[in-house]
Amino acid sequence: MTQTEERAQRYVGGGLLRKEDPELITGQASYVDDITIPGMLWVGVVRSPIAHARLGGVEVAAARSMPGIVEAYSGADLASEWAGGLPCAWPVTEDIKMPTHWPVVQDKARYAGDAVAVVVGESRAQVKDAMEAVEVEYEPLDPVVTMEEALAEGATKVHDDFDDNETYVWKLANGEVDQTFADAEVTIAERYYHPRLIPNAIEPRGVVVAPIAAQGEYTLYTATQIPHILRTTLALTVNIPENKLRVIAPDVGGGFGSKLNVYAEEAICLALARKLGRPVKWIEERSENYLATIHGRDVIQEMELAATQEGKITGVRVKLTADMGAYLQLVTPGIPVLGAFLYAGVYDAQVYSFECVGVFTNKTPTDAYRGAGRPEATYAIERAIETLARKVGKDPVEIRRLNFIEPFDKPRPVAAGLEFDSGNYRAGFDKALDLADYDGLRAEQERRRNEGGVKQLGIGLSTYIEMCGLAPSQVLGSLRYGAGGWETATIRCHPTGKVTVITGTSPHGQGHVTTWSQITADALGVSPDDVEVLHGDTAVSPMGMDTYGSRSLSVGGTALYYAAEKIRNKVKKVAAHELEVSEEDLEWSEGKFQVRGAPDKAKSVPDIAFCLWHCHNLPPDTEPGLEETYVFDPPNFTYPSGAHVAVVEVDTETGLVELTKYVAVDDCGTQINPTIVEGQIHGGVAQGVAEGMFEEAIYDESGNLTTSHMGYYRVPSAAELPSFILDSTVTPSTTNPLGVKGIGEAGTIASPPAVVNAVIDALAPLGVTDIDMPTTPERVYNAIQSAKGASA
Amino acid sequence: MRRISVNVNGKQHEAEVEPRQLLVYFLRETLGLTGTNVGCDTTTCGACTLLLDGKTVKSCTVLAVQADGEQVTTIEGISSDGELHPMQQAFHEHHALQCGYCTPGMIMAAIGLVEEGGGDLSERDIRLGLEGNLCRCTGYHNIIKAIEAAQSQYSSAGA
Ligand code: FES
Ligand code: FES
Repeated sequence: MTQTEERAQRYVGGGLLRKEDPELITGQASYVDDITIPGMLWVGVVRSPIAHARLGGVEVAAARSMPGIVEAYSGADLASEWAGGLPCAWPVTEDIKMPTHWPVVQDKARYAGDAVAVVVGESRAQVKDAMEAVEVEYEPLDPVVTMEEALAEGATKVHDDFDDNETYVWKLANGEVDQTFADAEVTIAERYYHPRLIPNAIEPRGVVVAPIAAQGEYTLYTATQIPHILRTTLALTVNIPENKLRVIAPDVGGGFGSKLNVYAEEAICLALARKLGRPVKWIEERSENYLATIHGRDVIQEMELAATQEGKITGVRVKLTADMGAYLQLVTPGIPVLGAFLYAGVYDAQVYSFECVGVFTNKTPTDAYRGAGRPEATYAIERAIETLARKVGKDPVEIRRLNFIEPFDKPRPVAAGLEFDSGNYRAGFDKALDLADYDGLRAEQERRRNEGGVKQLGIGLSTYIEMCGLAPSQVLGSLRYGAGGWETATIRCHPTGKVTVITGTSPHGQGHVTTWSQITADALGVSPDDVEVLHGDTAVSPMGMDTYGSRSLSVGGTALYYAAEKIRNKVKKVAAHELEVSEEDLEWSEGKFQVRGAPDKAKSVPDIAFCLWHCHNLPPDTEPGLEETYVFDPPNFTYPSGAHVAVVEVDTETGLVELTKYVAVDDCGTQINPTIVEGQIHGGVAQGVAEGMFEEAIYDESGNLTTSHMGYYRVPSAAELPSFILDSTVTPSTTNPLGVKGIGEAGTIASPPAVVNAVIDALAPLGVTDIDMPTTPERVYNAIQSAKGASA
Repeated sequence: MRRISVNVNGKQHEAEVEPRQLLVYFLRETLGLTGTNVGCDTTTCGACTLLLDGKTVKSCTVLAVQADGEQVTTIEGISSDGELHPMQQAFHEHHALQCGYCTPGMIMAAIGLVEEGGGDLSERDIRLGLEGNLCRCTGYHNIIKAIEAAQSQYSSAGA
């Protein structure tokens, strides 16, 4: 890097403190529940307590006559409000079964939590009282709770219109897979279950709608990750012209995929605001959130590897059964597809096949939850490679080293049919082992084993590759996804030297305002403090595709990079005119255009923004103003990777597992703000560790969610987690000029197999080779007992 | 309805409240102090944490009438003259927040904890002390660092 270039990168790569923080640490943020509009009514949604029931009468008259109640509606009362059901944008196969999903059901309730009636009133408390007065006659039907039940011969149908509960079968195959398995020297076949999870963003969902009835105009405030996608889809569902609907994502208190959806309550509130001509507000309660907001995972995996005697993987064959829940939400069927290509991980396989069967059950719909499909894939390969290691008599380090894809810096095809962008998997792995003091840990483990104490040490490894930066629009089309994967950025340079950046991404904790300010500051030679970043309002931002799938920086940040290039091109032309030189005589240096060899003759972006405002002396054919928009459609996905090490202490008498050390070495390509990158990893690791050790949504045989509130579902606190040890490797992506890959989901993808492998490792001398997530004391205790039983 | 008189962030408020109204909704909906958040309905998440007579409480579990005659301090009341409270400053400097939803409760809980702990809490003490406050974004790593940093500042200021 030359010195000038170095100085030009003043902010990118530095840990600028977040510009978002001041309002958040002083209580001045504005989340949906903080919004009050004069004349606003409260909305309550009455939900079925029964998983599967035909609705007899839904009687709302008594509720309607309660104090403060303005209206109450059954599903039938609202039927004429909908131009269509709630959308599913990803029909993954041609013959997928796509049930109609009304915001308020009319015929039957298909999961405990399905909306059956709506009450509108003057206050939160009055609405709550009146909801009790809604009388619904439920005629219970056999609930279909597990995927096995759903697929059994003669099973009760979740949707009467279809022949059975099989939603779709999606397949992918490359190479002579069956032959490879038939000829293989070694094969392994394992079955894993990836539990159902509840996302638990700490802010529950909420919706406020402000209508201007006379104009047919609506402003919808909602706790969402996807204001743009919502505007388009809700316009269609509720039949409001898209250009009369403004969607605002105000401050949003975390998402993790759970706010990447088009929910019944958003449609309901829009319809009610139109029907009543008054502003309305609905705020989700936490226990309601457990039923009414999507769940994640819930996948059965049959994972097979073919390998040589030495342990070199030759083939991967996977079959999934994935629980859709009762309906298809926005991208429900596509979640397994996001992982479908990654079951070989960072290992070099020759042949590959994947099949997924989607299944309807009478449970809350599943959809994207942090990692979406990729934690599942990583878990399967990272568990399976350890089984393979045991089978061929190698240790977990050796087997991985033997199988890594060699370092590469140009796009490289892999067996699953993707082209990875760049990677050096061995480097991250070695670094992680070093940081963890792997040899020291093994020695300590040996010592404890010899001593035979109660608390045994386990060391778990995990490597991962993810596919993010969603996504090349053409590829999305070929996967039958309903929208594109591009992203937009607009840069507006004000005559006073200030800069407004408008992005189509919609952050909810990721710090885009800070990161986008850093990129802009370096690209335009201004201070990050002079950059204002606007987002999350469809009336302000250009078109957008919003925030999910670790896409924002690699797609939206790249759009910003190119928008800045357009600004600089225009500035250069006007600067040359102002300085009376030709454009070729100018060079971009120290954040300005300088005349080559005469650095005191220079013009900055703010200088030229002013010229383009007064327009007194512009070169011919120059449009006044300095504002540019760029829309970036990525040519490929990005492929972040990494290696994690988890160390646990297992109490062999009680089954209690304690995570004592966690090392993460991630490669997200170039880092714009390393502090924010680290924060994303911390949070992701905590969430993935929780998945591995604590969390599981459990239903009883009648389809009741027994982990029905936050007191029963174990979101970990600080007390259950250690501090994390982080480092990184940097392999710039070849998919975008920033070289960035994405980091939002990495921690959640890598950590579940790391902790589970660690628990199995601790118990290996007892003969334990398998344990399901989460590794609760009960499960660990039982695994120990049955291993003892088997060896006795 | 019951008449109550509560001192909130140094200012006296008189109001008629429903006996069943929770303190958090009295603050948010009657006084318009929306900095204190609500994240659950089971007293689990701690998003609503504030100081009631100097002690941390979860304001979703206290009735407004129980605050009658008491002093309430919320996130809006801890910075003075545009100067952030050291705990707020530490959260900012250590990137101890992402979405910010847990943050007001977390900062109030941290203030209560450090004031009680007298400036020499270990990492373990802090982790245990924060058990009642959930954050889904940060993995707590930087929250712990922020509290450790603020604590050393407290004690050096006190010394
Ligand atoms: S709102 Fe969750 S503890 Fe009070
Ligand atoms: S910062 Fe989002 S919940 Fe803590």
